[in-house]
Amino acid sequence: MKLLQERVKDRPAGENLIIRTAVRLMIPFIQLYGLYVIVHGHYSPGGGFQGGVVLGASFILLALAYDLRTSLRFMSERVNAVLGNVGVLIYTGTGLLCALLGGLFLDYSALDRILPLGPVEWRSLGIFVVEVGVGIAVMSIMTSLFWDLGSGGEMDEGL
Amino acid sequence: MLWAAGFLIVAGIFFFAVGVLGVLRFPDFYTRLHAAGKCDSLAAVLVIVGIALYNLADFSPSNLLVSFKILAIAAFVFIASPTATHAVTEAALIIGVEPWTKKDEPQ
Repeated sequence: MKLLQERVKDRPAGENLIIRTAVRLMIPFIQLYGLYVIVHGHYSPGGGFQGGVVLGASFILLALAYDLRTSLRFMSERVNAVLGNVGVLIYTGTGLLCALLGGLFLDYSALDRILPLGPVEWRSLGIFVVEVGVGIAVMSIMTSLFWDLGSGGEMDEGL
Repeated sequence: MLWAAGFLIVAGIFFFAVGVLGVLRFPDFYTRLHAAGKCDSLAAVLVIVGIALYNLADFSPSNLLVSFKILAIAAFVFIASPTATHAVTEAALIIGVEPWTKKDEPQ
């Protein structure tokens, strides 16, 4: 027991080959699954919020298994902030575009006036566009919540 | 196909029961985690594969796709669950949870 504890204490906290290898193996599939949940949201259970949470969780997993700096290398703070705002912009932009074209807020059938595909087709496409926006926003907010809470806002050491 | 699926699911439930018994009866953290880890990897994978086979009972391409997705979950659980158990065990080791020993024996 003592021997094992000393061997663990010797290496820096969180440096574990088994966990790191498994995480490296899993993260691409987690992100693929997140995209699948977003894209398939209007046919099956799921949608923008759930897929965004899965995508954000993949970055949180990276930060937990490696450290905060590694996850910042894959998704910098600036890109993250831009993505969060772009997601909200896609959502409200689609809604406001519908309102400007003569429908209600988020009434996608009004988009028929841009490109006549029929109101049914536009409702399906409109939900898809809005869900992509929600997914991007949720992903970036999840990631930045973890970064800020995990490192006290310093974006330096963290867990 | 249905019989094989039923056999796998019953086997998975048996291992779950054994694992629950272990979690309730083992004396300390590490041995309990050992039992719980067996539940998570072996029993859960058996049940999931059983469900995938059961889904294939009336064969069609869409059911084949659903079964493939279920098997993908099984593969994911098979990688993720032992890793999670390993991480929890190492955390316990670092903060110094003492393993159980018989009291009258020297450590």
